[in-house]
Amino acid sequence: MAKLLPRKDVVIIGFGWTGAILAQELTDAGLDVLAIERGPWRDTATDFNIGYMPDELRYAIRKDLFLQPAQEAMTMRNHVSQTALPMRDYGSFLPGQGVGGAGVHWNGHTWRFWSSDFQLKSHLTERYGAGRLAGLQVEDWGVTYNEMESAYDRFEYLCGISGKAGNLKGKIQPGGNPFEDPRQREYPLPPMKMSYAPTMFAEATKGIGLHPFPTPSANLSESYVNPLGIAMGQCTYCGFCERFGCANYSKASAQTTILPVLMRKSNFEVRTECEVLKIDLDASGKKAKGVTYVDTSGVEWKQPADIVLVCAYALMNVRMLLLSGIGKPYNPKSGQGTIGRNYCYQTNAGARVYFDDKNFNPFIAAGALGQTVDDFNGDAFDHSALDFVGGAGINCIPTNGRPIGNRPTPPGTPRWGAEWKKATAQTYKSSFAFSSQGSSYAAQGNYLDLDPTYKDRFGRPLLRMTFDFPDNDIRMSHYVSDQMEKIAKALNPKQSTVGRLKKDWNSVPYQSTHNTGGAIMGADPTRSAVNRYLQSWDVSNVFVIGASAFPQNAGKNPTGTVGALAFWAADAIRNLYLRSPGPLVQA
Amino acid sequence: MKTLAASLVLLAALATPAVAGPQEFDHINAGYYQSILGDCQGCHTRPGGEPYAGGEPLETPFGKIVPPNITPDKETGIGNWTEAEFRSAMKEGIGKGGEHLYPAMPYPAYSKMTDGDIANLWAYMQTLKPVHRAVRANLLPFPFNIRLVMKGWNWINFKPQPFKADPSKSDEWNRGAYIVTGAGHCGTCHTPKTTLGADKDSEALMGASLAGWFAPNITNDKRLGIGNWSQDDIVAYLKTGRNAHSVASGPMAEAVENSTSRMSDADLKAIAVYLSGHAPSSQTAQPSPVSVSDPHMKAGQAIYQANCSACHSGDGKGEGQLFPPLAGNSIVMQSDAETLAHVTLAGTQAAYTKEAPTAPAMPSFAWRLDDQEVADVLTYVRNSWGNAAAPVAADAVRKVRAALHEGS
Repeated sequence: MAKLLPRKDVVIIGFGWTGAILAQELTDAGLDVLAIERGPWRDTATDFNIGYMPDELRYAIRKDLFLQPAQEAMTMRNHVSQTALPMRDYGSFLPGQGVGGAGVHWNGHTWRFWSSDFQLKSHLTERYGAGRLAGLQVEDWGVTYNEMESAYDRFEYLCGISGKAGNLKGKIQPGGNPFEDPRQREYPLPPMKMSYAPTMFAEATKGIGLHPFPTPSANLSESYVNPLGIAMGQCTYCGFCERFGCANYSKASAQTTILPVLMRKSNFEVRTECEVLKIDLDASGKKAKGVTYVDTSGVEWKQPADIVLVCAYALMNVRMLLLSGIGKPYNPKSGQGTIGRNYCYQTNAGARVYFDDKNFNPFIAAGALGQTVDDFNGDAFDHSALDFVGGAGINCIPTNGRPIGNRPTPPGTPRWGAEWKKATAQTYKSSFAFSSQGSSYAAQGNYLDLDPTYKDRFGRPLLRMTFDFPDNDIRMSHYVSDQMEKIAKALNPKQSTVGRLKKDWNSVPYQSTHNTGGAIMGADPTRSAVNRYLQSWDVSNVFVIGASAFPQNAGKNPTGTVGALAFWAADAIRNLYLRSPGPLVQA
Repeated sequence: MKTLAASLVLLAALATPAVAGPQEFDHINAGYYQSILGDCQGCHTRPGGEPYAGGEPLETPFGKIVPPNITPDKETGIGNWTEAEFRSAMKEGIGKGGEHLYPAMPYPAYSKMTDGDIANLWAYMQTLKPVHRAVRANLLPFPFNIRLVMKGWNWINFKPQPFKADPSKSDEWNRGAYIVTGAGHCGTCHTPKTTLGADKDSEALMGASLAGWFAPNITNDKRLGIGNWSQDDIVAYLKTGRNAHSVASGPMAEAVENSTSRMSDADLKAIAVYLSGHAPSSQTAQPSPVSVSDPHMKAGQAIYQANCSACHSGDGKGEGQLFPPLAGNSIVMQSDAETLAHVTLAGTQAAYTKEAPTAPAMPSFAWRLDDQEVADVLTYVRNSWGNAAAPVAADAVRKVRAALHEGS
């Protein structure tokens, strides 16, 4: 029997980026807020200690900061006709856990989605006709870019993003991304100093008429004090970002941008190493009473709360709704139901160029230090004569030169032995990679639900993922690979390789931790799980915040939009819900 | 949101002046401010404990003394005291029963406080919540555990001295002097002690070793003190816990959090005026730096580059608001490297203040660097980028490491 605790105004499930932003905003509004996090407490000096943080074996190979399958596994398959099986280890994507969540070990690419991304269905239908969307299940978000602009701005200034505006109040700015939508002011910090490879990439792409610009980075180009008064340091270009916590207070995360202020507040508390089992509903099923969680001793607790915020990783948000019986599970055969609908991913391909006479010093690096061209992203280019929708950013971001993982060799090199050793020594400094990061558009057969067979250590069904790259996305990716061939040629290397994505998504090799959708936002309660304010259509005192709300994914990293959605939802709760608790949009 | 509404109602009820008229409120409020100037809570409250119900044992060279419960509890606190008895304790070091207090309670400094300030403080102390918590104050070994010994100590070391304003100086300077030498009791840590534990008045604020830290020289000595700080720098340090020269850590971080960051801007300015004019009684000649070709310097440089430079930067200039500069930093060049060894071995966290909430921390290197390596890197830091100070011996680091082990 679970023990009953004194109630709180707000309980937050998961304490990463969105949980920390919501906690900061709602404690400012005077509410008594509790965050429950199943992973450990982590802070910079003790857990990202400069003396041992650059330990590639521990963090990058053995994945010390990530969710382990013993805590929560998933089952996976490509098609409904198959039987999903649990993975032995996380591979294709690596969810975080612990305080700060995946925001601890991200690279720091911080994008805004475009106006056309937010109104994707109407935009594409208007431009190319409804027929072009056959086989896809794309949706509008229910919010517009203009509504989200100030929320993006707040996230960027919270983090100290280093970049160059491409469009200030409608005026195109030299050196920035000419395809972005208007921003009201510059980035808080100038771009990072470029290393050699992205510099060459920028020159070559400019030479063939493309529009390179510095990738907006949450690795800070200069020291910075954010609007909460929290100081951050200048990045040292050490190349230990992705899979690592930053030891230098130089990469934006909850730890470096929010927690120093939030943790001192008397109306905030976090309980770590406590796992929420489910959201408790009242007899009507329309109101959440709070949550049930279990601590490390196996003791169960009931935590009553007036508002429940689901702020875990996107996939776990969806599972929490399914386990709690909130909303109607999605049925891929009928297309009915909302929870688990529109699961999307990212559609990527890689390229590498090899030289004889260049030295790129790949160890001088940072997670988001590089150049991007967006000429083939989203709907920046005319798809009229093409057989797909969507696109990809092409990024030259040499994130690291770490000695275990970074061992490129040209095609034809043996996989081991003296020849391999010689090639790896020759190639380490004299080659570099660039890649496409493509949109992922929803299809009827791609979805999330609860596995009928496999259970976790508490006896709850595992999440089942059914996913393959839609044909549209494969055609998109191949088109972008063709563009990467042209860029590779313009770089004039000795040799080059350009990857071409294949069907049958494989859950083993790492691809991207950009899992989106499953509890999507929208204007129609029969096709979305949450309304435009990320409030559950079914249980009005539950808000579900994160990439789970993306109706489909753009060709960009999601964190910028996740952070903006967190501010957007916080504003809705502060300004609308607290005044009049109940549904903010009538179904 | 019912609870929220309820607690707002409750707050409104609490704010109603049920006990004190406006005049009395001013009196109490002024007393509260005296408690900030004196940082009473710093000693008399345990971490996480009830305010003023007794503190953590203080390590003195003579043994342990526990700061007592000074809430108005009649049995275990000072609920039965009179104002005159309180004044006598503050200014003469004599408790209610006529017993002699130990000067870990800085009554030699408090003897400079005016009776008016002490009366205000007393009025404030009366409003505290009484906490029933018995504290055995005296954990000293023989013969120091005999309080009468203090009578003799006082005869040698202590003469109550009311504060005397210096008419040749500005009001602001005098206010600063009153706080620094009186309620603020800065010399309790920063002034060297005689073998009997009394302040060496002739060496006031020239730096002293205390409980595992070296409280640095805060005279206007340019090399070892804060003579290169502007008055604005001093104010910024005391208010926010950091400035362009240094970051408060260790016991000073607590003093900033509990006391100086809550002082009025006018008082901080007054302290700055006083300290910036306070010359050391003597100056030691600048030593010549240890040669860069010294093997300890070479080893120290390699250790510095691998362990320290990412934050403190290769040229020792530090990083903005987070990591203090080591080049030209007087704390780095103190005669005693105890603080440096302590921080390198155990790590430390900067003060948290509203103006500078980051409270960045330096991690522990005790697990990674042995005594010789710590000594070498400190020798390097003390003798690079224009710094010059005596080299650090491995044995000095060993002692600090042993003391840390004992304390943990």
